[in-house]
Amino acid sequence: MDVIEVLRVSRDSIMSNRIRAFLTTLGVIIGVTAVILLVSIGEGARRYIQTEFSGLGSNILIVVPGKTSKEGGTHMGTSAVRKLVYDDALLIKKRSRHIQHSVPVVAGTSLIKHGSKSRSTYIIGVTEDYFEARSLTIDSGRFINTSDVDSGRNVAVIGRTVKKEILGEANPLGALITIGSTKYRVIGLMAPKGVTLGFDIDDIIFIPTTSAQVLFDTDSLFNITVKVRSEEEITAAKNEIKETLIKKHAGEEDFTVFSQDEMLATMEKILKIMTAVLAGIAAISLIVGGIGIMNIMLVSVKERTREIGLRKAVGAKNRDILFQFITEAVALSLVGGLIGILCGMAFTWVIPLFIPSLPTSLSAWAIFLAFFFSMSIGVFFGVYPAKKAAGMDPITALRYE
Amino acid sequence: MLIHLSDIRKTYVLGTVALEVLKGIDLDIEKGDFIAIMGASGSGKSTLLNIIGCLDRHTSGMYHFEDIDIAKRSDDELAEIRNKRVGFVFQTFNLLPRFPALKNVELPMIYSSIPSNERRDKALEMLKKVGMSHRIEHKPSELSGGEQQRVAIARALVMQPQIILADEPTGNLDSSSGKEIMNIFKELNSEGVTIILVTHEAAIAKDAKRIITIKDGVCDSGCN
Repeated sequence: MDVIEVLRVSRDSIMSNRIRAFLTTLGVIIGVTAVILLVSIGEGARRYIQTEFSGLGSNILIVVPGKTSKEGGTHMGTSAVRKLVYDDALLIKKRSRHIQHSVPVVAGTSLIKHGSKSRSTYIIGVTEDYFEARSLTIDSGRFINTSDVDSGRNVAVIGRTVKKEILGEANPLGALITIGSTKYRVIGLMAPKGVTLGFDIDDIIFIPTTSAQVLFDTDSLFNITVKVRSEEEITAAKNEIKETLIKKHAGEEDFTVFSQDEMLATMEKILKIMTAVLAGIAAISLIVGGIGIMNIMLVSVKERTREIGLRKAVGAKNRDILFQFITEAVALSLVGGLIGILCGMAFTWVIPLFIPSLPTSLSAWAIFLAFFFSMSIGVFFGVYPAKKAAGMDPITALRYE
Repeated sequence: MLIHLSDIRKTYVLGTVALEVLKGIDLDIEKGDFIAIMGASGSGKSTLLNIIGCLDRHTSGMYHFEDIDIAKRSDDELAEIRNKRVGFVFQTFNLLPRFPALKNVELPMIYSSIPSNERRDKALEMLKKVGMSHRIEHKPSELSGGEQQRVAIARALVMQPQIILADEPTGNLDSSSGKEIMNIFKELNSEGVTIILVTHEAAIAKDAKRIITIKDGVCDSGCN
């Protein structure tokens, strides 16, 4: 059997029914396009989150009050959670040699005013180490320092958005802004950081933790942000934090320590599952496309009954006929697959241009998967019609009208 | 002895009814023979031809084609025999409508792994032999009935078979085209090709060297 001849016959038979062939492959085209596009969007989201997280500093552990149970969900009714206090943060740092910084963080929103302008903004109370831990950079002025924290000075480091909205084009350094009912002196301006995970980091004011506790009239912390010396020490640091705090909290583990990497891993896992689910749904349309191919192959076998009879009469073996029709089915599904891959790539490229908030990332494995999936669909759905053709009795086939 | 049939029977089962079409045919065919099989429609003559051409299998009896016991051969082996040793000519020509004359003649060689340039040369030679070398790129729909049948004969000849089997080859042709086709057969026979043709026209049958009459599935005259 001559493979080139088989391919030539397949081409001729597909080309002699162009519109029919195109409509048949449409199902596969749509399926492959959808698979590639959805995987690209999922992959894009994953990459986006990865880069955003890495911009938040590395080797970070966050201690929050309350125990998040891994099995039973949240504790219903047990609201008597012990607060995290300033001393907890100091103690953690003192007890562990793996920890570089331990920052007690207080956070909340408050109204800020300057002259006639006012704005409600996110206020974060931090200590001098926070900036290094979070790899933040300053544009002009200085960070909050140890003495600011120790004496609870009313000083503020403001973000870009805050400056623009409240102070306009004026030099922010030394300006007095009112936070709540207290006047704060601006001592620094943050470098622009933009939007991370939907949160405008430039719309933030940093003040000393001690001042923030006064501002919000609380002695409890929002969290303790811990910077571990190196990646290898994260587990050890985590255990030491737990040990220290359990001892201090009268033997109760009423807090949770999680690492940023864990959060990232969890989010990535969720995204991966979502991508797989979406791609799976898209793959259903591939199967529908395959049924379309099977349908048209059955029609083709019927139409070419006499041809099959004649080929057998002049010496074609069953496997020659089988091979011919499977080749045609695979050719149809492959053409559909290739067009689908091109469409998927085009959409992946075009979509971010029109919807900037939807990052996409073309992944090679999605393309290969789509390619092989469409090919196997051709084989799978081509076998039945081809077997039907190969099993024909030559005499009956020759007499077929 | 090219073909040796002894007590060949063929039964078709249609649902619950068994229909015996051939009821014990004994027939020997020598190399170089030119045989016309005659009989009324439904007498079983086409079935006999299909069995001789290995397109159909007999139900019982013995069939030797050049000392090959056909009953013992697989479907693939029968396909091989049809490909290399038998040439078919049909009443309805059975050319592939999508392909030009040349491609139609090349068809049997495709199933015999003959390289494409050799296929082309042989097909051209055969088309020349049947007087169709001026029409090689024409599709069947662009040819007259007589021309189509010439292409079909070229196709039957291209593998240089021992035997040509023709089922009513002139049935769809006007009498002058029919005569031309019969002249081709006579010429081929004079070159040593064995020819068996099925016909119900006495005028066609008289060109043959030997006439066999089939009646109700048995040999009425002309058999051994």
